[in-house]
This record gives sequence, structure tokens and C-alpha cells, in this order.
Amino acid sequence: MKRTATAALAVVLLATAGCTSDSDGGGSSSASVPGVTDTEIVVGTHMPLTGPAAAGYSKIAPATKAYFDYVNANGGVHGRKISYKVKDDGYNPANTQTVVRELVLQDKVFAILNGLGTPTHTGVLDFLKTNRVPDLFVASGSRSWNQPDKYPGTFGFNPDYTVEGKILGTYVKENLAGKKACFLGQDDDFGRDSLVGIEKILGPVAAKESYVTSNPNVGPQMGALKAAGCEVVLLATVPGFTALSIGTAAKIAFKPQFVVSNVGADPTTVGKTLGAAAPLMEGLVAANYLPLNNDDTNPWIQLFKKVNAAHNGNAEFDNNVVYGMSVGYLFVQALQAAGKDLTRDKIVEAVQKNGFQGPGLVPLRFSAQDHSGYGGEQLTKIQGGKAVYFGTPYTTDDKDAPVAPYSGQAATPPQNGVPAP
Amino acid sequence: MTEVQQKANAAPVPDVGLSVPKRRRRVHPALVIVAGAVLVVALTYVLPPFRNYQLATVGAYFCVTAGLTVLTGLNGQLSLGHGALMATGAYTLALTQNKWVNLPLSFAVAILVTTVAGAVIGLAAARLRGPYLAGLTLAVAIVVPSVTSTFDETFNSDQGLSVILNPPPETIPMERWQAWLCWGAALIVVLVLALLIRGRFGRDLRAVRDDETAAKLAGINIARTQVLAFVVSAVCAGVAGSLFAVLAQSVSPGAFPLTLSLFLVMAIVIGGLGSLFGALWGAVLLVLLPTLAQSVGEQTGSQQLEGNLALVVFGVVLVVVMLAAPGGLASIPSRISRLIRRNR
Repeated sequence: MKRTATAALAVVLLATAGCTSDSDGGGSSSASVPGVTDTEIVVGTHMPLTGPAAAGYSKIAPATKAYFDYVNANGGVHGRKISYKVKDDGYNPANTQTVVRELVLQDKVFAILNGLGTPTHTGVLDFLKTNRVPDLFVASGSRSWNQPDKYPGTFGFNPDYTVEGKILGTYVKENLAGKKACFLGQDDDFGRDSLVGIEKILGPVAAKESYVTSNPNVGPQMGALKAAGCEVVLLATVPGFTALSIGTAAKIAFKPQFVVSNVGADPTTVGKTLGAAAPLMEGLVAANYLPLNNDDTNPWIQLFKKVNAAHNGNAEFDNNVVYGMSVGYLFVQALQAAGKDLTRDKIVEAVQKNGFQGPGLVPLRFSAQDHSGYGGEQLTKIQGGKAVYFGTPYTTDDKDAPVAPYSGQAATPPQNGVPAP
Repeated sequence: MTEVQQKANAAPVPDVGLSVPKRRRRVHPALVIVAGAVLVVALTYVLPPFRNYQLATVGAYFCVTAGLTVLTGLNGQLSLGHGALMATGAYTLALTQNKWVNLPLSFAVAILVTTVAGAVIGLAAARLRGPYLAGLTLAVAIVVPSVTSTFDETFNSDQGLSVILNPPPETIPMERWQAWLCWGAALIVVLVLALLIRGRFGRDLRAVRDDETAAKLAGINIARTQVLAFVVSAVCAGVAGSLFAVLAQSVSPGAFPLTLSLFLVMAIVIGGLGSLFGALWGAVLLVLLPTLAQSVGEQTGSQQLEGNLALVVFGVVLVVVMLAAPGGLASIPSRISRLIRRNR
């Protein structure tokens, strides 16, 4: 015991001796920007690479990384190469806490880009704010990202779920009038925000149910919706649960018209989960705001397919890949706009200035007062196993603005596929 | 009769922990705790912020592993439900804190509520033995997500609650403050446990574990001892849960899954059942092994591996430690010294 005590004392003495020099060195690093050198920019993200939301979503970060590799191969941004650190949080808010701390405190990333998930990312907003880390283009449509006064460094990417709910509601009102409309949503801000938008247009729905990702069974919910005599079911679900809902409904001979949120509607992902039952998706209505993966005539899809072949190991080209690369493109645009002397304040300023022309069908809403992402969507329908756009894009807001058609021209990508400074 | 008892009987060596050194000079637990406190404070000044955060996490885990090792190692009650007791503490802290924003008060309420929860589960547990006890506590662990989604108005389902916290004093970095808070609580918990188990209560615990009939003949109230042991252990778990809520500034059922409860049992077995030093090793492993698994997963570049490797690593470590040192990591020093003495 005596020896242990001596050893412990020695450690303490060494430690205290070490700390005097350490505390001097730590404070004076204000001149340099974390994660930025003359040759490199390090950014990080948290993604569900495993767990209940991994289906489909796990392909987003590799696609973003592939686009960065493409930009790096073309000389980078202001001479700097982008390095993208992807951490798995398994869609578990507790893990998100740890991996984001590791990215910020240990890996010293410049910014968190496209962290995925409403429940997961909500928990790290305060931490990122305290550490003044830009929190760009969160991969979720929660309205929480749009609080410029409370979280000045946080910006959304997806149209928020209320905007989407209003657009889906408008479709139901115009095309399925008089039918009994019901709702199944995730039991968090995703489901709640979506329902708010839907009910703004349709009034109270006939029946509403919710699910949690930790319990992969929607039997009781679909049973209740069937019993309520629903003819239209609006889903605010992640892809795995979209498939589960459609499959469960078919099992109990319940055949409503499904109208699905964008984040849960990628036909490739849902179809793969349904397997042999994939034809059940026929006629499914959803919405999107980026070019569709099967539209080979679109110049953005041509560019992204080229990048996918060269830098992403030719991964199966679905809407998650399109999404991931669109995020990468927007981030490079923001970096270009922030200029050569990159700082955290400058990139936030550049994003607020907006003016980005990208693959989106509708404009981004960023401004000093507004930190939400895309402002609208266009409806899609699955025909012959493929999603196709119909009608025109709509824009609206999360309050009481009308759902209005948008007629702006779509932008085309630059010749070399890298946004100009 | 039970697996636990066999395990406990097979490993009679590390019973002592820092409490009952056989015929050696007794070092008062308070001295060890003071040394520990000095060491931790020194460490928080040396370590970079993320390591401080991990150190804080070790402290929080230490609370629960210490309580669990007293329950399982010294009293022979196997609990697979300590994750749920942590959740009880965490949610209580979150709800109280969001209402009154007073950290000491929130801790007090969290401790009170877990005491009650521990007493209720303990009363049922005292009537059960072996696999039935494990089954009951397992059910408690599994029920957490369902409770949060059934009463989603209060607990907000899978998304959980965020915890409003006042920032630490200006001059202290966040992570250092977290480490101090967690280790302050951990050292107090461990000191109380060490004082408890070196006295009559500790003897009662062991007597009940080893032979209930003999203990009864010696005048020990079996049921009361078992319930008390469960309550003490539950309070430790509640403190740990509250600390996790403060660390993460949020609580969600995902933070307290069944695997956490299983990991806790594995950790105290690897560390050395019944030993408070063993509980410390267990807490260190609970933080280190997932980090290690993650970096290995990253190096191999396989995404699927990354999320699942921690489970495998924990299993392998358990097997290796049980083969090499059946008394757990805490028994290694005494094994070595015995080997040396024998060779002399």
C-alpha cells in the first residue's frame, strides 16, 4: 500500500509539473482557425451508419465525401483540400453527444456539416453553440434549426417538415378531396412538425398514430387506421418505417393512398426493404426538391453520376447519393463565397448572404433572419416502379403563407463541376 | 444454487477491495479517496478537453459500477436492470432541472426518486433468487423505451428531453467542470460505500450471500439486508444516471438501452466482483473499449463493423480475463505478489 501511495504521489507531482506549461500554451491559439490550414479544411459529421435509420441514410456521407474528393482532385477550394470525418452515431442521441464532442474537441473540426437526424442533432445544438462551431446544413427538416437568435451558427438544408406537410396537404385537398385522410408519424419533432403543416391545409385529420424507431412494429397503428376507415394515409416516416407501414397495411388488406414525406420516400431504399413486395409502392405520392436519380437528361445527375463512378466506388445511384452530393456542392459554394481567409464567422456570413445557385428546384431561404433550408418541393409519383415529377414546384413557409407555384429556372452546373469562387 | 453464488464462491480472493486488508495495516478509505481526489484534479489540468470529458464519463460510470459490485459481488443479487435505475435518476434530474434550474435540488430529488424505485424493485427482488431475480430486473431494463413512448407528453418518446443547465463559472472550462462534478460525486459515493461495507452492514451482506440459513441463525434479517443492499445500489445508479444527464445535457431512452445494463454487469465481473477497485477498472473499460473498437473499426474502413465491434470486444475481454485472472483485473496485483512469494 505504501508503494502504491508513493507511486500515486509521483504521478500527481509529474502531472502538476506538466500542467503549468500546458495552460500557458493552450490559451494563445486565437489567431489560427480550428480545422483550417493553408492546405486543408477538416469538417465532420454524425451519421446513422448502423442502427434503425441506417437503411439509405448511410449512403449520404460517402456521397458527400466523394464529391469533396472530386473537388480536391480538381485543385480544392482556395488551394485547400477538404477532409470529411464521418462518425457513426447509430441514430442514438446519446452516441451523438460523444461523437460530436470527439469531432470538435479531439479532431478540432472547422465545422459540423449535415449532421443527420432530428432527435440526434437536437441534443448537440447547445454544445456546438457554446464552442462556436458552425453547424451547417443539418440533414433534417425540423424547425429547430431555424432559430438565428438562439443558435446563430446553425442552418438547415431540407425543406422543413411543416412546409412539406402543407404541400402534401395541398395535394390531398386538390386531388383526393372528400376522402378520409389520416396520419402516421414519428413520435418526435419530425412527426409533430409534419402534422402541423398538414392540418394547416386539411384541418384536423380523421385519425393520427405515431411510432418510435426503437420498436419496429407498426401493426397496432395500421390496424387502428384501417378501423378508422382511412382512405388516404400521410406518412412522416424514415425509409425503414415507410416500408414497414406499406407492408403491414398490405398484410391486413388495407389499401389506402399513401402520401409520404420526402425523407422517407426514396424508392430505391424503400423498395429494397420491401424486397419482393416492392410493387406495393406503385402509385405512392411523395415530394422532392432535388433532381431525381433516374433523370439521366438532367445535367446535375450527369455530373453526380460521373463523380459517383470516379470517387464513390460506383455505389448504387439512389436519391441519397444525389442528396449527399448536393450537400457537398452547397458546402463548396459556401467555402468559395467565404473567401481565402477562411474563418468560422466568415462562413456563417457567407451562408446568410445566400445567392447560391445549385441543383435544387426551389431557392434556399438563408438570410440573417432565416436559417431554414429549401423553401418548397415538387410532388412525385411512383409509376412503373420509378418516381417521376408531376405538376410544378411549390413554395411556402412554416406559417400561414399560401402554397404557391414556383416558376424560377433551374440552374445548370458549371463546366468542370466545381462552383466558381 | 445460483450462477451468482457460484461465481462469487469461485472468486473468494478480491472480496477485500479497499475495505478489509487481511491482517495488514488498515488504510482508512478516506485517505484513499483524498489521494484519488488530488489525482483527478491534477489530471483535469493536464488532459486535453475531450479526454477530460471521457474522464468525467469514467467518474459517472464509477458511481454505478461501485453500487452494482456491492449488490452483486457482496450480496449475491444479480441485477440486469441498473440501466433502468440510471434512466430513473436521469429523467428525474431532467424534469426537476427544467422546472427549477437548481442543480443541487435536482440531484436531491433524483436521489430520492431512485431510492423509492430501488425500494420497490428491491422488495420484489428480495423474494426472488437466481434466474428469477435476473428475469425481473431484465424486465425493468426493457420497459424503459415503452414507458417513455407511452407517456410521451412527459418523457417525449425516443427524442427525450434536453436539460437546461447554467454554464459553469467563467474561469473553468466546461469539460474540466464536468470532470470535477462527476468525480466529486463518484468519490463521495465510493467513500460511503467503502465505509458501509467495512462495518457490520458489509459482514451482513456477505453472510447473506454465502449462506442464508447460517445468516438467519446468526440473527441477520435476510430480507431487510437484501432490500437495503438493493436500495443502496439503486441510489448509486440514480446518481450515475443524473450525472449522465448533466454530461449529455439531454436524456433519451437510447442512452439507457439493455446493452448498457449488460455491459455494467460485464464490467464489474471483468474488474473483479465485489471489489471497489474492480468497479473502477470496470468503469475505465466501459469508456475505453468502445473508443478502442471505434478506432479499430475506422481503420478497417468498415461502417457496419464500427457500430457493432464494441460488443465483440467486450465479450472477448470478458473471456480472456476470466481465463487468465478469474478474480478479475483487481485481483491481478495480489496474484502476482503471491506468485513472487511462492517463488522465493
